[in-house]
Amino acid sequence: MKHLKHSQIAHLDRALDSRARELRQEIRDLLLQSDHEHHRDLAGMVSDEGDESVANMLADLDAAIDRSSGFFVGRPAVLDLGNTALSQSAIALLIQELEARHIRIMGIEGAEAANLGPGLPPVLVSGRPASGGELARVAQEAQDKPASKPAEQQSGSLVVDTPVRSGQTIYNSAGDVVVVGSVAWGAEVVASGSVHIYGVLRGRALAGATGNTKARIFCRKLEAELLAIAGYYRTVDDIESNLRNRPVQAWLDGNAMLIAALD
Amino acid sequence: MAKVVVVTSGKGGVGKTTTTAGLGTALAQSGQNVVVVDFDVGLRNLDLVLGAERRVVFDFINVVQGVAKLQQALIRDKRLETLHLLPASQTRDKDALTDDGVARVIGELRSRFDWILCDSPAGIERGATLAMRHADAAVIVTNPEVSSVRDSDRIIGLLDAKTERAERGEKIDKHILITRFDPNRAARGEMLNISDVLEILSLPLLGIIPESEEVLRASNLGTPVVLNNPASAAARAYLEAARRLMGEELNVTVPSEKRGLFNKLFGRRAA
Repeated sequence: MKHLKHSQIAHLDRALDSRARELRQEIRDLLLQSDHEHHRDLAGMVSDEGDESVANMLADLDAAIDRSSGFFVGRPAVLDLGNTALSQSAIALLIQELEARHIRIMGIEGAEAANLGPGLPPVLVSGRPASGGELARVAQEAQDKPASKPAEQQSGSLVVDTPVRSGQTIYNSAGDVVVVGSVAWGAEVVASGSVHIYGVLRGRALAGATGNTKARIFCRKLEAELLAIAGYYRTVDDIESNLRNRPVQAWLDGNAMLIAALD
Repeated sequence: MAKVVVVTSGKGGVGKTTTTAGLGTALAQSGQNVVVVDFDVGLRNLDLVLGAERRVVFDFINVVQGVAKLQQALIRDKRLETLHLLPASQTRDKDALTDDGVARVIGELRSRFDWILCDSPAGIERGATLAMRHADAAVIVTNPEVSSVRDSDRIIGLLDAKTERAERGEKIDKHILITRFDPNRAARGEMLNISDVLEILSLPLLGIIPESEEVLRASNLGTPVVLNNPASAAARAYLEAARRLMGEELNVTVPSEKRGLFNKLFGRRAA
């Protein structure tokens, strides 16, 4: 259980609305993408359909990143070169371009291993290492690298002992958020896990922000502007009026968000 | 030890300047050495409310930029010799305030006065964040209506994030002062009532200033209501709020013009 210091609140305050906007877009993108994603644990699939389309693809990618700058952050991606005939130096250049956009290429599909230089990611077939063990080693190296975020943000619940004020965003990308106090109008609590509010929830609560459909939202008194779980959301107008001002929990049943009173 | 208090609200027109003048006057009357500082550069008003507008020669910006000495810019009140004003500039804007300059002036004021009351401009931009930057305590002025309460909540968040104390990991004392309260309208549900406001903002109450024509009349005369009509409900409310700010424990009441009629005890402990 981690306690949020005032300096951290200051930091969160600076992140403000833009991060939450990104998150919502991310959630939508993730849901759209999951339909045609072959590899559940590899988030980004990048495919190009011809040499001349590489530039187009990069332009599309830039547009996507503009829309949702956090989309590729911290997610491994696989580059599918199946429909292209790029030379070794062209592939190296393309990967440089992608790295410049902070996209980590974990592996390359549809390319001959002989065509890749020693510094390039391993060749994959259907998301699995073409020559055993290589991907595992890369993944291990990635884990050994020093974490970019403070260690205490990496896992577990985030406990906030103060009221969350209008304009503040509390964000935990690695678990639940517990607020011992109220969440004001215009405040936002975002968690990759569940959101627990031991007070009045007047602002927004976004649980399962990275796509966890098992996440839930709990609060002592519901006056929320918006509840969202894994991208599915309900605004105040969609919430039955007999649930307002009561302790409730919200969870996902398939594509529907259900809300039930706890008293 | 000197105490820096920011009077702030987020929303405009709720009574920050009237409150700064009212609390400043009340503190000065009890013998404390007080300076009120107008941070609303470009839209100065505190000099008008204190009736000192014709005595402004040098201002806060001049002192911040080193053009004038602090002593030259400070205006001593003609009625209360322990009350001083550091006026804002009307011809400049908030960008003329520098972080270092404000820090230096506040430091100098700390060595001369018991109380430094900073009248914050509305909004959450540079002027407002500079006014709260060095505060030890904050008076959050709120009207009993939803938009004012919401803006106050936003300001409270900033007080916990952007003040020097917050950045050192220390707390700043925060008090709610409800102004323009009308007990009749609150009873009819046309206004938020006191307990709603306190529940939403979850901070202690410094006082309740009733909606009063006396306040407007006093502002137009350039005499704070505390001096103009000390027996009025608003004046008594400011005097009590100042005593609470000095650490006295008084029950918070809604003072009314006709004594006793609405003197409803809220039974709530103050700040």
